[in-house]
Amino acid sequence: MTTTQDAPRTTPEVGGLGHSRKRVEDARFIEGRGNYVDDIILPGMLFMAIHRSPLAHARIVSIDTSEAEAVEGVVAVVTGELLAGYNLAWMPTMSGDTQAVLATDKVRFQGQEIAAVIATDRYVAQDAADRIQVEYEDLEPIVTPQRSLESDAPIIRDDKEGQDSNLVYEWESGDKAATDAAFAKADKVVSLDTFYPRSHPAPLETCGIVADVNSATGQATLYMTSQAPHAHRTVFALVAGLPEQNIRIVSPDIGGGFGNKVPVYPGYVVATAASLVIGQPVKWVETRTENLISTGFARDYHMHGELAVTNDGKILGLKVEMLSDQGAFFSDAQPTKFKAGLFHIVTGSYDYPVAHISTKGAYTNKAPGGVAYRCSFRVTEASYLIERLVQNAAYELGMDPAELRLKNFIKKEQFPYLSPTGFVYDSGDYEGALKLAMEMVGYDEIQNEKEEARAEGKLVGVGIASFTEVVGAGHGDDYDILGLRMFDSAELRIHPTGKAILKLGVRSQGQGHETTFAQIVAEELGIPASDIKVVEGDTDNTPYGLGTYASRSTPVAGAATAMISRTIRAKAKKIAAHLLEASEDDLEWEVGKFYVKGDPDSSVTIQDIAFAAYTNLPEGLEAGLEGVNYYDPPNMTYPFGSYIVVVDLDPGTGQWKVRRMVAVDDCGVRINPMIVEGQIHGGLTEGYAMSSMQHMSFDDAGNCIGSTFMDYLVPTAWETPRFELGETVTPSPHHPIGAKGVGESATVGSPAAYVNAVIDALSHLGVTNIDMPVSADKVWAAMKDSGQG
Amino acid sequence: MKVTVSINGTERSAEAEPRQLLVDFIRSTLGLTGTHIGCDTTSCGVCTILVDGTPVKSCTMFAVQADGRSITTVEGLKQNGELSNIQKAFHQEHGLQCGFCTPAMMLVGSAFLEENPNPTDDEIRWAISGNLCRCTGYMNIVKSIQAAAAMKNEEVSA
Repeated sequence: MTTTQDAPRTTPEVGGLGHSRKRVEDARFIEGRGNYVDDIILPGMLFMAIHRSPLAHARIVSIDTSEAEAVEGVVAVVTGELLAGYNLAWMPTMSGDTQAVLATDKVRFQGQEIAAVIATDRYVAQDAADRIQVEYEDLEPIVTPQRSLESDAPIIRDDKEGQDSNLVYEWESGDKAATDAAFAKADKVVSLDTFYPRSHPAPLETCGIVADVNSATGQATLYMTSQAPHAHRTVFALVAGLPEQNIRIVSPDIGGGFGNKVPVYPGYVVATAASLVIGQPVKWVETRTENLISTGFARDYHMHGELAVTNDGKILGLKVEMLSDQGAFFSDAQPTKFKAGLFHIVTGSYDYPVAHISTKGAYTNKAPGGVAYRCSFRVTEASYLIERLVQNAAYELGMDPAELRLKNFIKKEQFPYLSPTGFVYDSGDYEGALKLAMEMVGYDEIQNEKEEARAEGKLVGVGIASFTEVVGAGHGDDYDILGLRMFDSAELRIHPTGKAILKLGVRSQGQGHETTFAQIVAEELGIPASDIKVVEGDTDNTPYGLGTYASRSTPVAGAATAMISRTIRAKAKKIAAHLLEASEDDLEWEVGKFYVKGDPDSSVTIQDIAFAAYTNLPEGLEAGLEGVNYYDPPNMTYPFGSYIVVVDLDPGTGQWKVRRMVAVDDCGVRINPMIVEGQIHGGLTEGYAMSSMQHMSFDDAGNCIGSTFMDYLVPTAWETPRFELGETVTPSPHHPIGAKGVGESATVGSPAAYVNAVIDALSHLGVTNIDMPVSADKVWAAMKDSGQG
Repeated sequence: MKVTVSINGTERSAEAEPRQLLVDFIRSTLGLTGTHIGCDTTSCGVCTILVDGTPVKSCTMFAVQADGRSITTVEGLKQNGELSNIQKAFHQEHGLQCGFCTPAMMLVGSAFLEENPNPTDDEIRWAISGNLCRCTGYMNIVKSIQAAAAMKNEEVSA
């Protein structure tokens, strides 16, 4: 029923697909020799600090920088007014909106950038930034999207011509009339109102830049925490008007990204402008508070879902209304034509013909962002809603939640499956994954134990989530960022000695690309992975690509790597034929060599061929064994899985603890199982974080209550559950090596599993929802409110 | 003020402003960038070093307080050109991804194993609970520290 991956075709020495090859990048990190942005020190380098707004919404009356300028060691103070002289006071966002670089008219969220100090020392820059005096005139802070859309709410974006409300967008998907018709035939409609709260990716390395503009040559070298260096180069060319050939973006080692390092932030622009004007390198690295209060947040979706079902448990259709809190500037990094990202994947893993999704986004006086925090463009919110709804539907129907899922899953033979909102799911075996998870957790025994525990006054809950993700954007016709088609690239050069260098348009932030991408080449060409160097993150030295986020590296750049390897193999065959004095048609490929059919001793290795490519070519063939591939995927990939969580809940305090977390993932072919499992561990932890503690909240005045790691709680080793992993392997039919991408599956799928488990423990009390983070006090209150706790 | 420390076995002296944090002294003045900065509130632990063998978050100490003390940073883990057990173990057990928390995790782990050479999973989790990791979910960090313990025990019994 379930498939596992075939044994590796290559030896461990070659290290192709399926080998848990130890990571190449570890060597520098375990010796403290990584090279993160803050580690870069250039001669004459100055430091920048930013003065930020303490208020969420206020008109700027005056800005006095004189005291700051008088501090010894200060080289310059930059204000929005100064930037306006260079047409840089505003910049475009990744969603085609505008964002203030340094505020000139109003401040629109607490922590907004107002002025920057450039000084000879980091401490001095901060001292001086604190001495900038800004006079404000208070305006009403808008802290909820509901208030934002009321007719008497003040207009947040009064800088935009014709903006007469706080509405950012309205967007819908699916067929409303057909969905209404399906609902009319339903025996039951199960509804759920739930809020996916604002979260922050909070990578341990904050964002930063060292901007080095050479005033003599005009060359701008920008060392940036960038998940998408090529796209950022183009944005810089458009924003700053610098000629693109003179911009080199270097994204050195990145200390975690999780979507936080996809946008272009005001600090990058100011530091670059300052370096350009002053003629010296300028470093700016955020403090943790700056990172949390001003850079790319995630989620903040208020969701209402309705599921139409029959009494015997068949799902007929889905209706969703969603209101999104976008903050002060609409800066979701997402494909242009989808205003709510890929939220319309909300129909999930189930087979029903109709759905209708209507969405609205509202400006509020909060930080902008809307980044895909370890998820593919709002898929996390979608997956959470449908998996919570299905669980609640099971309770209303008196069915087992696993049984309801099994009854409604899209069947293995239905793929490729056209979803009611237009996605074409590439492949899947949802039943296989859930059944394996049930077997691993001992589903029936746990259900029995749950009943027994309840009789003894103890509460045990079992939560399932059977998610489907959609990752690996494009195809470029449908998916673009600011018009840039979402392809990606790989350039492979085989050197005369048979060693190789692979250059990619994506950028690892810990995913281990230097290890895994070499394995793809090793599989395709038989060159040992240890003979292949992988280079990323330098726009002067890598082909153009859209970057690493939305689990797209393996689906897109991984495909490009396989394709260019195959192109090179085709050329290698011509050279092999020449060397073997045989016809190409008579040659067979076996890992690492061509041989003459029926005469296996007559063979040449890829290394022999590489040498010949520079020394002994057939007539008419150009020299070299190199090439580049730009891969525009025909479709996205659809990783999936089933997670089952068992919790013990203390009825006296509301505290809950994860006893078991069983995670079965199917990400297609696994390039490096060790790295895949490591990614899943990380994602399951992020999912646990959001379900239990991580929350970026605000008070009524718009003060961010989550501005340090003392208030914004991320899990330590002590709270984090232990995970039990399982796998099924359903290759992607359209990906050259059948891989689907995995970096985000566990973050997408797991929050609903944790929350479903807590709700399950309370289901006998009639509790149907507790919004994340599901803290002990909320659980306790829900029990009390039920009147039976 | 002049601050003198023994860092990774070498004595180094440099001027430090009284308010300069030890982590900045190590990174900027002494040029050892393996010690990282991740928060402003002594919460994340990525700046952890060993002061006289004890783990300390170096954003919590002023440079002047380290005067006359012996400091170990990640750059001092290698001995006689050989990776230490904890370094080998983190590589072997895939105990790191982005690498940002890794130097501190290894230092805390190695100091803890001096105290408790045969720790349980829970004891390790408690020992590293002052250090955040956003990539690994801690599973393989715990395994790495266990593996380092096993290597040490093998050396002792050999």
